Amino acid sequence: MNELQLSALLPFMVLAMASVVVILLIAFRLSHTVIQVVGFLMMCLVVFATWYVRGALPQEIPPLFIVDGQAAVFTGLIIFSVLVIGLFSYIYFEEREENPKEYYILLFLATLGAAILTISQHFISLFIGLELLSVSLYALIAYLRNRNNAVEAGMKYLVLAAMSSAFLLFGMALIYMETGSMKFSGIAEQLAKVGSTPLFLMGLGTIIVAIGFKLALVPFHLWAADVYQGSPSPVTAFIATISKIGTFAMLLRFAQSIHLQQYPLAVTIFSVIAIASMITGNILALQQRNLKRLLAYSSIAHFGYLLVAFLPGNDAGTEAAIFYLAAYSVTLLSAFGVIILMSSRQHEAEELHTYDGLMWKRPIIATVLAISLLSLAGIPLTAGFLAKFFILSAGVHQAVWLPLIVLVLSSVIGLYYYLRVINALFSTTVSAEAIPKPVHPFFHISTYITLVIMAGLICWLGIFPSLTLEGIRTFLLLH
Amino acid sequence: MILIWMICILLAGGILSWIAARRSPLLAKWIALLTVTADLLITCWLFSFYQAFPDKTSWYINHQANWIPALGISFHVAMDGFSHVLLLLTFFLGILAVLCSWKEIKEKTGFYFFNLLWTLAGISGVFIAMDMILFYFCWEIMLIPMYFLIILWGDARRRYAGYKFFIFTQVGSLLMLLSILALYFVHGDQTGKYTFDYFSLLHTAMDATVAKWIMLGFLIAFAIKLPVVPFHNWLPDAHGEAPTAGSLVLAGLLLKTGAYGIIRFVLPLFPESAVAIAPVMILFGVAGIIYGALLAFSQTDLKRLIAYTSVSHMGFVLVGIFSFNNIAMQGVVMQILTHGLSTGALFVMAGMLKERLHTRDIDRMGGMWTSMPAMGGIAILFTMASAGLPVLGNFIAEFFVLLGAFANYPTFSIIATLGLILSAIYSLRMLQKVFMGQQHFTEPVKDISARELVIMAALSISIVILGLFPQPVIDTVQHLSTIHPLLHE
Repeated sequence: MNELQLSALLPFMVLAMASVVVILLIAFRLSHTVIQVVGFLMMCLVVFATWYVRGALPQEIPPLFIVDGQAAVFTGLIIFSVLVIGLFSYIYFEEREENPKEYYILLFLATLGAAILTISQHFISLFIGLELLSVSLYALIAYLRNRNNAVEAGMKYLVLAAMSSAFLLFGMALIYMETGSMKFSGIAEQLAKVGSTPLFLMGLGTIIVAIGFKLALVPFHLWAADVYQGSPSPVTAFIATISKIGTFAMLLRFAQSIHLQQYPLAVTIFSVIAIASMITGNILALQQRNLKRLLAYSSIAHFGYLLVAFLPGNDAGTEAAIFYLAAYSVTLLSAFGVIILMSSRQHEAEELHTYDGLMWKRPIIATVLAISLLSLAGIPLTAGFLAKFFILSAGVHQAVWLPLIVLVLSSVIGLYYYLRVINALFSTTVSAEAIPKPVHPFFHISTYITLVIMAGLICWLGIFPSLTLEGIRTFLLLH
Repeated sequence: MILIWMICILLAGGILSWIAARRSPLLAKWIALLTVTADLLITCWLFSFYQAFPDKTSWYINHQANWIPALGISFHVAMDGFSHVLLLLTFFLGILAVLCSWKEIKEKTGFYFFNLLWTLAGISGVFIAMDMILFYFCWEIMLIPMYFLIILWGDARRRYAGYKFFIFTQVGSLLMLLSILALYFVHGDQTGKYTFDYFSLLHTAMDATVAKWIMLGFLIAFAIKLPVVPFHNWLPDAHGEAPTAGSLVLAGLLLKTGAYGIIRFVLPLFPESAVAIAPVMILFGVAGIIYGALLAFSQTDLKRLIAYTSVSHMGFVLVGIFSFNNIAMQGVVMQILTHGLSTGALFVMAGMLKERLHTRDIDRMGGMWTSMPAMGGIAILFTMASAGLPVLGNFIAEFFVLLGAFANYPTFSIIATLGLILSAIYSLRMLQKVFMGQQHFTEPVKDISARELVIMAALSISIVILGLFPQPVIDTVQHLSTIHPLLHE
């Protein structure tokens, strides 16, 4: 490994160090605040490191990794999300008295796992990244173990994630047997020579099962609602954003390397999965009275939309997908931020009636939640609309009409439940819940400010996307 | 540039009055009133540009700025006579909408005027946007504040009406978005220049089947908004449950965006397909005229009754547009204006009655003439207008439409004429039930106040003027015949 290659890996090493630093801080019995601040600084350092090494990209570190523009964009998104989630975690866990320190070790390890997924070009690194992510998540989900549903959610995720890992390994083994390579490019070369065989397609199929599980696509979505509901809210936000961004980045790279879209069977499978996810997710969300479960089903639908951008397998699709993920993470994080701010020690603010008349009681966070819901619903002037617009535009160009029509019609169904939450926010009967007094004013205020900035970001992305688009394009050219 | 300022004034006015309402609700009302008045004055002043412009048929204000150049999306606004007339209508009804909510809205005043002004901003944006994406943005922006107006200040079934309104229109919008994208790529693949600009897209040669499908996407969106009969389901609920100003804006302006869309986009972009589908649309239009009139006759809820008369009147618009005849087209533009005024006036009156009697049920009204002679007199004027009596604007409009349509579709126009008879029947029934007959209310009811008199006087004067001197309006939209090859004298 030469110097350039080492420097390209710098951000990931800093990320790995973050967990070690947190362990050391815990050993020295430092307080939650110190850990929080140091964690925040470490993440800033990762961003800085990414910025610092951008000139060295793209850089291949054979055989396991490739650090290119696409990986940088996804890593950037992941780090941005973990910065926000880390900030949200502070007030959430301080309210609950349980010892939150080890939480940060797990959080950073899981982030590292997701980041590794974005740069892996080999089955081994892929599997390591995925396991790092999953194993940390088992513990994170059940972190508040005294709470209702927490252990149930953790167990569910453990059993199903373990099974999906088994599927993944089996699929890798089959592909390895057929092609004799574990490196994506090696597989692609071999495929070009001999063409696809039934065994290879079977391996591909089982890998799709594992990915479908991670992304909570129908029909592998059964865990989503329970896990979203049972996990602590910051962890739910983590599952909904970082874990899925990492997995999608991995899927994208794998598909690009082996030219997945040239296999009609694979395209058909993905179309069916996308259509099923869009319809099922939106329909199941209709009757939810629990905001976290509602967001779980809505995220199933959203990843269905995302797959529509994935189907064409061209640059426009990739661009659309990345923009979509960016818009989606900002939006979802602000929604979860509001849930976290609303939650008190006694209960999680997840029931819809908690939000009745919030607009008249706490207008700022209600506005943030309203904007993020409108963005999820894809209403113009918000990021969600342009994200959906780019997907539609990528799809229309490639004439994948059926998924597009389903996208349009199912997002109309989706409107109904987003409007229901918005109706609750504006309802005239104000919920009687008292506003909890902030325990930590500094973090409380900074969470507030972050939320307002994020809402502004949603609108900014929705009105002036040029800068972001150009940024994504420049990074994508680095490969 | 002045056009952008007009929209910005509305947007800023909305935010200002929201903030100001925390201090005093009265201030919020005045800010809203002044903003819309300022816009009306600007629009009147723009007539001088129009007069000065040598070529009366073209776009005398045209402004384009970069927005998302990577995708060929620009901030392109332009105005011709047709847009100008519609903008005048928008701000005129906008002022009346502010005035008629003066007393009606008692809570959350600031947010109310915010929504009202933003809806108006969206509507005026629709009338001047010349970039398809900008158009789509404005199309959606007028929707969300309207939705809030319905669900927050509406009547008992407002939630239901709000959902229905939003979801119906959204289906159409998204299909239109797909069509816009398809058009964009068809044009881009042909010329190599990917752009959403209206003027560039105008000259896109298309395969007939492709054109048909793309046109259908647009047409469904506009047909839902207009509304054309099978898609009219949202309208009675939304109109019935919305607050007075909401109904006024819905009937007076929002429906007109559908007609505007067909004239501005469907006909010029897809001339051949539009001709091919014309008989079907005329059939729908005639069905709407008769069906709306029959349903209006059977309503007991005053606002729903007026809502169904809109369905009937919008049928004339559809018939006029698709008869591809210059006279009919002039009739359509007249109908857009006069229907906005007359139906708007009826809704305002329904709102005033509801304010006094706390009911919309015409079976519980009756004999109101004794206590409110002034309002009764004005009501007669507007029911006559709605029934299409000469001297009033609606007569010219419907007469022109029928005259124009008769050349190509004699049978259909004869059936459509029946609609005029039916309209007399339902109008007279409404008048008789509300103002004549047995008096049900014993407690004293106040006649109209000075503020209400101003509103009604403005509406009455304009409808009479339009009935007597329609020529200026007809002149400003003369050029519509040039946008479509089949439109000729």
